[in-house]
Amino acid sequence: MSAHLSYGRVNLNILREAARKDLREFLDKCAGSKAIVWDEYLTGPFGLIAQYSLLKEHEVEKMFTLKGGRLPPADVKNIIFFVRPRLELMDIIAENVISEDKMHSPRDFHILFVPRRSMLCEQRLKEQGVLGSFINIDEYILDLIPYDGDLLSMESEGAFRECYLENDQTSLYHTAKGLMTLQALYGTIPQIFGKGECARHVANMMLRMKREFAGSQTQILPVFDSLLLLDRNIDLLTPLATQLTYEGLIDEVYGITNGYVKLPPEKFAAQKKQGEASKDLPTEPKKMQLNSAEELYAEIRDKNFNGVGSALSKKAKIISAAFEERHNAKTVGEIKQFVSQLPHMQAARSSLANHTSIAELIKDITTSEAFFDNLTVEQEFMTGVDTDKVNTYIEDCIAQKDPLIKVLRLACMQSVCNNGLKQKVFDYYKREILQTYGYEHMLTLNNLEKTGLLKPQTSTRNNYPTIRKTLKLWMEDANEQNPNDISYVYSGYAPLSVRLAQVLARPGWRSIEEVLKMLPGPHFEERQQLPAGLHKKRQQGENRTTLVFFLGGVTYAEIAALRFLSQMEDGGTEYIIATTKLINGTSWIKSLMDRPEAQTL
Amino acid sequence: MAFITANWNPLGEAFYRKIDLYDMGWSLRDGFKDCMVAAAPYGGPIALLRQPQRPSPSARPQLEIYTSSGANMASFPWKSGPVQQLGWTVCDDLLVIQEDGTVLIYDLFGAFKRHFSMGNEVVQNQVMEAKVFHSPYGTGIAIVTGASRFTLATNIDDLKLRRLPEVPGLQGAPTCWAVLTQDRQTKVLLANGADLYILDNTSCTPVTPPGLSPQACSIVNIAVSFSYKYLALFTDSGHVWMGSSNLKDKLSEVETKVRSTPKQMVWCRRPRSQQPSVVIMWDRLFLVAGECQEIIQYTLDEECVCVAELDGVRIIGGSRHELLQEVPSACEDIFKIASMAPGALLLEAHKEYEKSSQKADEYLREIKEQSVLGEAVKQCVEAAGYEHEPETQKTLLRAASFGKCFLSNFPPEPFVSMCRDLRVLNAIRDYGVGIPLTHPQYKQMTMQVLIDRLVYRKLYPLAIEICRYLKTPEYQGVSRVLKHWACCKVQQKEEPDESIARAVSVKLGEAAGISYSEIAARAYECGRTELAIKLLEFEPRSGEQVPLLLKMKRSQLALSKAIESGDTDLVYTVVTYLKNEMNRGDFFMTLRNQPVALSLYRQFCKHQEQETLKDLFNQDDDHHELGNYYVKASYKESKLEARLSLLQSAVDEYNKAKNEFAAKATEDEMKLLRFQRRVDEEKGEALLGLSLHDTLHSLLSANYHKQAEQLYRDFRVPDKRYWWLKLTALSEKEDWEELEKFAKSKKSPIGYLPFVEVCVKRHNKYEAKKYVSKVTPEQKVKAHLAIGDLDGAAEAAIERRSEGEISTVLARCSPSTDRALLERLNRARSTAAKK
Repeated sequence: MSAHLSYGRVNLNILREAARKDLREFLDKCAGSKAIVWDEYLTGPFGLIAQYSLLKEHEVEKMFTLKGGRLPPADVKNIIFFVRPRLELMDIIAENVISEDKMHSPRDFHILFVPRRSMLCEQRLKEQGVLGSFINIDEYILDLIPYDGDLLSMESEGAFRECYLENDQTSLYHTAKGLMTLQALYGTIPQIFGKGECARHVANMMLRMKREFAGSQTQILPVFDSLLLLDRNIDLLTPLATQLTYEGLIDEVYGITNGYVKLPPEKFAAQKKQGEASKDLPTEPKKMQLNSAEELYAEIRDKNFNGVGSALSKKAKIISAAFEERHNAKTVGEIKQFVSQLPHMQAARSSLANHTSIAELIKDITTSEAFFDNLTVEQEFMTGVDTDKVNTYIEDCIAQKDPLIKVLRLACMQSVCNNGLKQKVFDYYKREILQTYGYEHMLTLNNLEKTGLLKPQTSTRNNYPTIRKTLKLWMEDANEQNPNDISYVYSGYAPLSVRLAQVLARPGWRSIEEVLKMLPGPHFEERQQLPAGLHKKRQQGENRTTLVFFLGGVTYAEIAALRFLSQMEDGGTEYIIATTKLINGTSWIKSLMDRPEAQTL
Repeated sequence: MAFITANWNPLGEAFYRKIDLYDMGWSLRDGFKDCMVAAAPYGGPIALLRQPQRPSPSARPQLEIYTSSGANMASFPWKSGPVQQLGWTVCDDLLVIQEDGTVLIYDLFGAFKRHFSMGNEVVQNQVMEAKVFHSPYGTGIAIVTGASRFTLATNIDDLKLRRLPEVPGLQGAPTCWAVLTQDRQTKVLLANGADLYILDNTSCTPVTPPGLSPQACSIVNIAVSFSYKYLALFTDSGHVWMGSSNLKDKLSEVETKVRSTPKQMVWCRRPRSQQPSVVIMWDRLFLVAGECQEIIQYTLDEECVCVAELDGVRIIGGSRHELLQEVPSACEDIFKIASMAPGALLLEAHKEYEKSSQKADEYLREIKEQSVLGEAVKQCVEAAGYEHEPETQKTLLRAASFGKCFLSNFPPEPFVSMCRDLRVLNAIRDYGVGIPLTHPQYKQMTMQVLIDRLVYRKLYPLAIEICRYLKTPEYQGVSRVLKHWACCKVQQKEEPDESIARAVSVKLGEAAGISYSEIAARAYECGRTELAIKLLEFEPRSGEQVPLLLKMKRSQLALSKAIESGDTDLVYTVVTYLKNEMNRGDFFMTLRNQPVALSLYRQFCKHQEQETLKDLFNQDDDHHELGNYYVKASYKESKLEARLSLLQSAVDEYNKAKNEFAAKATEDEMKLLRFQRRVDEEKGEALLGLSLHDTLHSLLSANYHKQAEQLYRDFRVPDKRYWWLKLTALSEKEDWEELEKFAKSKKSPIGYLPFVEVCVKRHNKYEAKKYVSKVTPEQKVKAHLAIGDLDGAAEAAIERRSEGEISTVLARCSPSTDRALLERLNRARSTAAKK
């Protein structure tokens, strides 16, 4: 279930195991049969830590979703609420508890706060008069959740919005705490680099926390050589662009949540049971888990989509060749060996069938004219073509009332590539959007302006072209099949965030001081003292390990780019990626939207 | 080495010895005459309450506290009420029990800590006798009142008074009594003449000790052992009865031939005792009565007090302090005259070795032949622990070390740890420190507690030295001591805040895991708020600083510390606190200076208190946000008028914020709403709430072209979008006639390709074809392809000599396509490519 977490450079399964241990300990604190009442938002992330089987082993018999009113009946001794520390959830819990008291069978109540308990929430429970009803009030420190062998996410949906729009740094505090947990398990990270206000804040908190825990240091040889903290707002452009890697496109088109994707079932109907005619088409979407545990997926996920087809057909040949082997198997030994490989081969074959279907689904979209037009405009913006004028494509999209998020993504992109739009253009877009999609979107536009995504030009100087040239953000003729540069993930555009990581590794940020000054927030370097005797002696040719933390979200394409750097022959650095949330342009813009629920007039 | 056994006295099979601990440092003119004395076990402090020399109404008794070596720690006149009993708690606090039942607690240095009462009943009836006792639950007090009623408190730190049942026939105080702890219950054992009773929570049970000699008319003294397991009774016939404290077994009965009531009687045992005994003391006489019925007799030349210990009895007199104990078996084996025990031989061997005599070898051989060298070493190490004289300890340890050389795999730990323990013990037994702990007591007490005691005596340097020497982890050792030191330092009233703060930071600077907030809390308790704040500055954990700062009403500082910690929950906590503490104006002002707190509070209000949010924006004159606030609020209204009025407020705010765009947009919104209502009323449509775009679409679909035109003009909808709208609406209705009219109305701002496309979309190629000719040359190919006219597309592409377009056409060709056309296209492409 979790083996793929331990294959990477850093064994992230240690983190998962630590999290599982804490969970088991808490469950055992509540002796007897239990029912868990879930804050719905938590079920996804928890699924990555523990399956139902673990809960069952610890006498969890029922699971409910947290909602108002009376709790469903369950013949259990304990009711445990697994919740985020949010006031509105406290009110629901209080309602549950109060209505419970009227029934006769007494059940014990417990609360597990994820990821941290909060005085504010306990105060609210007290005000509601139910605080005393809880036997255990505990916290389950789940900050960084291992997603894959080289990927950690906090799955904190609103992190970007909170940090950059609402000035609420709660998620940064959790980030710092999470990094402390990580350091407790994997040793102190000797070097911290960062760029951006939030990065600075997190680094400060980490250094402070380290002082606070002075004396209780763990004697662990550091696994990470350095940590790179990056604010999302130093690179607003990348998430806006359409990702062109396989995994990125799956996310763009269908959306990946907590490692799962839901796909339209039609394509998968036939192969359900081979040979049998499927009687009726399944109507439930097909749910698939996507991670490196699946060999084929690990191979193709980070490829540019244009390279996926050939990879799949190559794989198909290998698999059918492997099945052909059976004709060559003559002796009993050979047959036995063939049979023993059969399950693996069958798994590979069904995996191939699945991904062929997915690739077909996606191909239908990428070959459409709309997709092509959209991409053309994106690339024009990224290369700086006519970013200071009203763009006809955007205009047409609005006129035809294309999805608002698509329009916003493009407009934001133009704004970012032009370092803000000319006031006239800016007002024009806004007016068009308000007239077409409704005046209520003024609040959303306001948010986008505040976060710097869609804003009027304040200085006459547009420094994006300088940044683009210095950091080589645009590479003509990017090789999509056999890439030699990270720009392949966007078929030409090299994500700025990853470029920064790349330059940091070699030749260092000193070479790009000018550009760094153009990006918002400070850049810095901190060193953390290691206890004597824990200094790592690097073997000749041994790679450095860098943890790159994206504050405010990261896209699959950026992850692919970092993985590409890890795999480069002479790269010298391997990357582990951590983030507050895995995002794409759509989910990102969505998180910034304000939609007042309008009463019908 | 014969002198070692000089003070040994045989008792049955065993020996008893008296060790000199100290010549007392105090100068008591009359010894313990007219003194009330209390000495704490484990070598604890001694308290004396001396009655004034010449009784007069103004004279006060003097309360004095000394170390076990007689060094004065405190001395002050007793100004409170008449005292019935003194005692010590397990943590070295002095308990003074007054006749009125008030119990006062003082620390080692005579500083008053607190007081409590043993109940209202006592105030009337007075305390007749009181006893302080120790149990696993802490320190307890038992009293008997003038009304012959017992009251118990098992733990003075968690005071629960228990009044015990009445004892039948008891008048005044019982003859003697003692407190027992059995089966996790505290009971009183009392004698009233010859009758013995056990008094527990609910009942009073008469009991008879098995085999108590019948001559006795009265039990005059009771002694319970240190472990509460054994009991001794002294009768007026001069007999000592010894047995188990549950009164089930009798151990022995000894006749002392002394019939007068003893002053004190205590058990003298040690763990794995061979010959337990009871020590009985009269004014001049001192008897050790063994289980074997033998007796050792000492004469006393001064008045003394006995203190029962885990492994013996300490005898404190006006000039001397001694320890009486059964000689431990290891010492007995080694030092007994003519002993052939392995340890004795090893000691001898080593002695010869030191003299460079070959006899050393002989002795060693003898031990090795019996293969008891390991045991010999063990014995020497163990015996060293029991010896009080450093010289004797050294001799034994050297012998052990010598013996160890001839052993290959003897574990080193016992030897090493004994050396360490002894070094610590010798240091604290020092006259200046005055804690005469024995090795077993030290082990029982644990190092942690010892450090606590040293800290309590303010012997900080010694405590730190010991921690360092024993390599205690900093957290539990040095840092803890330093913290206590600092807590004590902050109470020095005469020193200015500045210098104390500096001294503390200099000393504590490098120690790990110091909680400055605890030290600061102490300073605050002493009323030194300024100092507390200075000290808090050193606390690395901002989170820890907050609660104390709030307590000290330094809420502003608490807020900035909470912010510094990054813990938003903590910030919320302080903000909530401030909100309740301050008036609204001050509260808002405070927030205004702390942007982080302000934005968190805004978040809170957004979800919880919308109204407050408005006030906040008002306070900041943030008209833009106020505008947004009204816009948001307007959507919650289901009545049009209410919504419009809120929107008008928004417009006003936006205007104040000089945000023309937002003001205009909101005005437009209002205008649209009004328009929609009018049309809805007039035409029975349902437009209200739709966007402008959708309104237009609906109007066009419903053939209200006039109204649509009006909106188009009023809202200055760009031509392009209006054309798109109309085009879509007409094509959706398949109103081809109207569409054609529209196309001809004037030159299309969006070109004519969209016309072709919408027709194709509606599967009307016939209509589509009408517009193909109007399409600009750049889009011609696309238009032809859209209607499936390959020839036309080819024609257009070739005409434009565009390689890309030709390729597009080629891509659409199928095997059934006309050969000639294909060739033409291919030829044209290669020509185009050449250019």
